Order: sequence, then C-alpha cells, then structure tokens
Amino acid sequence: MRLKLHIWRQQQAEHSGAFETHSVEVDPESSFLEMLDGLNERLITQGDEPFAFDYDCREGICGSCSLVINGTPHGKHTATTTCQQYMRDYSDQSELWIEPWRAAAFPVIKDLIVDRTALDRIIQAGGYIPIRTGSAPEANSLPVAKVDADAAFDAATCIGCGACVAVCPNASATLFVAAKVTHLARLPQGQIDQKRAEKMLARMEQEGFGSCSNYRQCERVCPKQINISVIPKLNKLLYRY
Amino acid sequence: MEQTSMNLDAHCPKGPLDQRWTQHKYHLQVVSPANRKHYKVIVVGTGLAGASAAASLAEMGFQVESFCFQDSPRRAHSIAAQGGINAAKNYQNDGDSVWRLFYDMIKGGDFRARESNVFRLAELSTAIIDQAVAQGVPFAREYSGYLANRSFGGAQVSRTFYARGQTGQQLLLGAYQAMSRQIAAGRITQHSRCEMQDLIMINDQAKGIVSRDLVTGELQAHLADCVVLCTGGYGNAFYLSTNAKGCNASAIWRAHKHGALFANPCFTQIHPTCIPQHGELQSKLTLMSESLRNDGRIWAPKEIADCDKAPATIAEQQRDYFLERLYPAFGNLVPRDIASRAVKHICDAGRGVGVEIAGQRRGVYLDFADAIAQQGLDFINEKYGNLFDMYERITAEDPRQTPMRIYPAVHYTMGGLWVDYNLMTTVDGLFAGGEANFSDHGANRLGASALMQGLADGYFILPATVSDYLAKQHPIRPQDFAAETRNAIETVRLRLDRLMNAPSPDTAPDVFHRAVGEILWHACGMAREASQLKSAITEIQQLRERFWQHVKVTGSSDTLNQTLERAARVADFLELGELMCLDALQREESCGCHARVEHLTDGGEVQRDDMQFASVSAWQYSGDVSQPRLFQEPLLFEFVSPGVRSYR
Repeated sequence: MRLKLHIWRQQQAEHSGAFETHSVEVDPESSFLEMLDGLNERLITQGDEPFAFDYDCREGICGSCSLVINGTPHGKHTATTTCQQYMRDYSDQSELWIEPWRAAAFPVIKDLIVDRTALDRIIQAGGYIPIRTGSAPEANSLPVAKVDADAAFDAATCIGCGACVAVCPNASATLFVAAKVTHLARLPQGQIDQKRAEKMLARMEQEGFGSCSNYRQCERVCPKQINISVIPKLNKLLYRY
Repeated sequence: MEQTSMNLDAHCPKGPLDQRWTQHKYHLQVVSPANRKHYKVIVVGTGLAGASAAASLAEMGFQVESFCFQDSPRRAHSIAAQGGINAAKNYQNDGDSVWRLFYDMIKGGDFRARESNVFRLAELSTAIIDQAVAQGVPFAREYSGYLANRSFGGAQVSRTFYARGQTGQQLLLGAYQAMSRQIAAGRITQHSRCEMQDLIMINDQAKGIVSRDLVTGELQAHLADCVVLCTGGYGNAFYLSTNAKGCNASAIWRAHKHGALFANPCFTQIHPTCIPQHGELQSKLTLMSESLRNDGRIWAPKEIADCDKAPATIAEQQRDYFLERLYPAFGNLVPRDIASRAVKHICDAGRGVGVEIAGQRRGVYLDFADAIAQQGLDFINEKYGNLFDMYERITAEDPRQTPMRIYPAVHYTMGGLWVDYNLMTTVDGLFAGGEANFSDHGANRLGASALMQGLADGYFILPATVSDYLAKQHPIRPQDFAAETRNAIETVRLRLDRLMNAPSPDTAPDVFHRAVGEILWHACGMAREASQLKSAITEIQQLRERFWQHVKVTGSSDTLNQTLERAARVADFLELGELMCLDALQREESCGCHARVEHLTDGGEVQRDDMQFASVSAWQYSGDVSQPRLFQEPLLFEFVSPGVRSYR
C-alpha cells in the first residue's frame, strides 16, 4: 500500500517546527513503527537525517512510543500503543499526519520526541509505599481481598506513556495521578500515607499540567484502558478531611 | 586461540550449602551508617537488578548515580517479562522447598551453574516476594485473599507468582517507585537518556564511567568508588529477538575490553513460544509467555500434506502433540531449550505451519480449544486474556477461535560478565547484576527465574557485597584524577568521530545489524556445527571491516542522534558476535541451549561431556578481538550429582 506521510520536524524545543511530506510504499502486515524505520533507513542512505521518535519494547508495554496519528494519540486502533498499530489498520487511508505529544509540560526534544520526565517527578512526590528493603513481613501475613487486589492491578497497569495528557484539552495528568493513587490506596499497606494524593496532585500542577474538567478523552486513548473511575477515588482521598 | 591453565577463583564459601550465604554475609565487612554518605556508587541500567540495587544502596545511605538510556528508569526491558517469578514459598503444600528450587535450577541449567550461587538464589527467592508485596506489587490472589501460584516449565510444583501477564512491569514499578523515593530524598541522582560509553579505570580499579547525554550529545565523566553494571543481556546481537530495540551489549563489552572476563557467551536462550516472523523488514519478535503452556497444547500435523490446511479441519488423530508424546512426565511444560529444539525438528522435517520464511514454514500450533472446553472461556480469559489480545493485535487472529502459531526466538542470554560469589567481575570494583552477569542459569534458564535473579542481585546480594568492597576503600577524590577523566572522554570522542566519518559512508547501521543477526541465527542459534561456526567467524570479521568502511551516520554527534546511538551498539555486536561463535566452537559438547550437532544422542537430545566441560568458559580480551584468551572455572558438584537431564 502507498501512503503520503506528513511528519513533524523540529530541531529542538526552542526552534519552531513544521510538517515534512514523504511518500512510502509499505507492507500492510508491517507495524506502524516498522514503516517509519523503513523511511528512516531510506533517508539515512540518501544522506538526510531520519525522523527521531521514541520506541523501545515494541510490544506495547514499555510506554516509550508516543505518536499522534491523524489527531489521535497512539493512533486509530484503541486500547493499544503506537508500536502495536499495524498498517493493515490504515488500509483505508491515503494520507497520515504524524505529530509528537503536545502539552506544555512535555516540551519537544526533537521531531517526534518529547520530554516526559515531569511524570517521573510526580511519582517522586509520593507515588510509592515507603518500605525499606529487608523490612517486609511474610507476604501472606497480609491478605488482600481479591476485589481490592484486582482493582489495584487494573489501576497499576498504567505504562506512563502520557497519551492521557496529549489528548486532554487541559493537558491534565489527572488520570496518571489517579491511577497510581488508586493502585496504592486499594491495598492496605498503601493506606498509611494519607497525603499521597495531595502531594502528587500538587506536583502535577507545579509541572504545568492542567486540571481535570471531565472531558473523559483520557480513558478513550489510554492504551491500558484505565477507567476514569479512578478520578473520583482520587477526589475522595483528597477531600476526606 | 591461546588457552591458559590458570583457573578462576569464584570465592565461593565452603561448608554446608544452606549455611554458606549466612556465613559469608557474616564475614563481609560493613560501612558504618555515618560513613556511608561519603561513598558513591554508579549503577548503570534501571531494570530489575539496577533499580533494586540503586534503591537499596541509597536506602542504606550511600550516594548513588543511576543511568539509563531510556527516557525514564521505569521503561527498562524487565518491564516486558510476562509470566512470573519463582519462589520456594510452598504455599501450595505440594512439596516445594529451597532445596527443590535449587535442584530444579541446577538441572534446568544442565549442570553448568555454580551450586553456591544457585542455592543462594533459591534461598533469597522467598524474601523477594515479601518485599514486592510490601511495596504494593499487585500479584494475583485467590478469593481467600492469599497469593496465587501457577506452574512453569521444568518444575513439577506450582511456585510461580504472577501479576496477570505483566509480572515484570509490576515488579519493575515496585523497584522504580522505591528508587523514586530515594531520588526525592536526594540520595540517587538519576541520569535518564544518558548512555554509558566507557569505563574509567584508575590504578586497575573501576572508578567511573564516561556517559553521553543522548539529548545534547555531551560527553561527561562520572567518578565513584565502584561501578555496578545491570545493563541486561545481549540477545539483540541476533537483531531479531524478543528484546527491546534499545537493549545492547555496549556497557558489558566496554567492561570486557578493560579486562572483565566474558563467560559462556554462546549460552543464549531460544524461547519456544514466540510469534513467528512474518516478513523481511520486521523489527522484532514478540514472546508469548511460557505460562500459556500450562493450558495450551502444542501440536503439528502428522502429515506434511495437512500443513496447508486450516487447523480446525485437521482431525484429532491427524495431530501430533509432540511434546506430550516425547516427554510424558513434563508434557508441554518441558524446559525452554528442549521445547525449542523439538519445534525446530518438526519444522525441519517439513511439518511446520504458517508463513514460509526462506522456503520453510516456521511455526507449530499452541491450542487452547481443550482448555476452553474444560475450564470455560471466562476462566481462560482471566488467566491469559491480555496475552490473547496481544497475539490478536499482532497477527489479526483470535487464539480463542483458532490455535496460536508459535516458533522459537532469541530471548535471553545466560552468558555475560564473569562474576565471583560477590558478583564482582575480574575488574576490581566492577560488579555485574541481573542478565548482564552469567551467574545462575548455567546453559539454560528456567522460566520465571530471570525476575528472581535480577531482584535477588539488586535487593539482597549487591547491597551486602558492594558494602564490603567499599569498606576496604577510601572515598575517591575526583579532583585528583583530572587527567584520567580527560583521557577517557577523549577516547570516547575519537570512537564516535570514527563512527560519524567512515571513509565511504553508504550503508545505514541497521543493514549491518540485520546481517550479523542472520549469520548468528544460522551458525550460533538452535543448532551449531564446527564448520558453520568457522565460516561464521570469517563472515563476521569481514562484515566488521565493511562496517567501519561503509557505515553511514547522518546528523551530528552533538545533538540527539539515534543513528549514531545504533551504530555504536552495532559496532559492539559485531565484535561480541565473533566471541559467541568462538565460544560455541570451543565447547565441544552439547548442553542446555548449546546443541552442537556433532554431540547429540541418537534421539536428538543434547549430550554433555562432563569430563572435559563441567566448567565455565571465561574469555579475556587480548587486544585482538579475534584472539581472546580462555580461562576455565571448574564446576564442582558436591550436593547434586550431574545426571542425564531427562524430562521424559
């Protein structure tokens, strides 16, 4: 299949960027990123710079890949990451627009790569259970009801990719924060730190993310289908005093 | 090649096996709490081993500098481990014990691992689960609220803890969060998008690294009192593997070139259940967790004529459930090397199914129809739903409706930097943890033991042995070594300049990577043979020469340049690939993953030669990549007698 690609070029954060257009011939069975690999290899051979984009595991779990494809973070096929988009999903298209995540808290580093370290700093503000290595009790001394363990797991599946931020009109990271808060707060050992929600949310605002106003776009693009029901849980923890 | 008779001392303690680690810890020195802040430790890599080591050392009070090439420490490839982590908790009351886990691993590794190390790993396994649960790792639980287990290959007990198909992700997040807490406390300085380029040696001790900031291209020297490499395995030497695209051998290869011995480089695990290759320009292979073999049945058509037919149309009596037929005691849950070879034999005999690659159908079926009929779709979905979804996403086929097709793929490397019982390499002050070392898996790793080893190294072993090392050092004064750091940076700059400015640049780095991968897969993959290995060595040497003449890197070295990053890693694979073949050639026996066709039984099983090869082969860089020196560490079996490794 033949496609016209409009891909974002930007040398670095301070420069302005623009779309650059390329034509590619691609096997429908190849993945979206393999298509970009092919284009990049051609560019290198021609002596041009390839497009920089983030990727690593290429199996939908590491959270590195981060492209907005035709306006949708991670692309057309829902509940998965950019690297798990396959060209067969785009057989009805002739043109694709490929952009980086866009949010004030995610400055562009180069082309399609953005800086997401703000999410690390939110975790550093309190997204952990402060247990020191070596001081843990026997694992089965702390039974957890299956319903809580499952709910904690559902929230814990967040891969920190930032698609929720990229799609949000407010560029809010509330789903990210609420997922971590819910994961930990559903477990008995995570209930001791009662200030976690407050600390993480304060950090989120400080990093330049917006607030949540219930657009619910985030859960639509979340590759791990994290449900916005984690947000009321976050709010409940915030306002319980 | 030059062979020396000098033996390596692993510093393993003596005495009763189950007392060794306890006694050893007692004899290790410690640094008093007030003095720990004066020492700095560099930890490279933030996977399970690196993140847990960094967090634990920082909790103790040491200063830690942590490095990863990814944009966040949470993205290291441990995250992709699906199936589980073993621990000898015996929660199922099915006869498990530390001794049984120890025995299973020694046998699983085909008697090519150290008893002392493996026992310690089995012993520490239970504390890892305690630690992870306390951190909030959401392991699967039963309705009772207690932890659930499942079975994995090479074991007849159920001892694997899991978090759906995301065990690695959840364990890594536990370690990453522990690290995050220490970053916030100022005890860890995290350098993300920052890749180690070289080791800094001062007076024959590892005292720092040169890093490249992958955003600005800036080269920087970091000095410390010791260096810990937890940089993962080298499976990407094969180009196509289940590793993440960024996984590379550069850190351990740089260490090797500074004198760290490289042990058993040819021991690479080919995992039986991966999604078959579909095309030439494919960038990676995807693993389907071994846990699927709990309920999935592996089969191939009995008749070649049936291989083109839709699987549903092939009658039950025309199907060959070959693992169940060949290995009735373990059935579909035989260890990975055994299963992979069996699949290869079926496909070599023309009974493979699916897409043809290079004239051969490379695939067999992994079928859930019986499990769904017996246990119900909901129950099977609960266990494997996310894996089924992943498979369907990649292949556009639903494994609930039609059997999966699977084929072996490179997955893990048991070889790595040689380390002693303290996980220290042959370079003083240089430690290696996790997949980067060779320590615990012998010639084949059992499923669900990589996570266990990474975390045992990082949470429990390195904190004790690194402390002991530091207790014997005076904290480094970086200002005294300005010349050494300048020289180290200059060496790195020259190498990068060479990569940027090949004499006749016309070929992208990935072209060379695919080529070396192809050579290794054929000569050093599931079957190895002397003449093929010899020609592979020559081909790799020629390819390496072409690489340095023709590699084309566009852009500049002082900005973000992914082509340069890749070229630098491929250059190292082109050297390591040769060592892998040399090692495979030298090991004139078959064991575990290493199947030399000259040394197989009539039934096609591997045949060890314990008289000659009950040892670790550890290679020293001699200044010429093609002429390494071989050292051997004999393996003594005091508690388990090496027998025929049967799973029948």
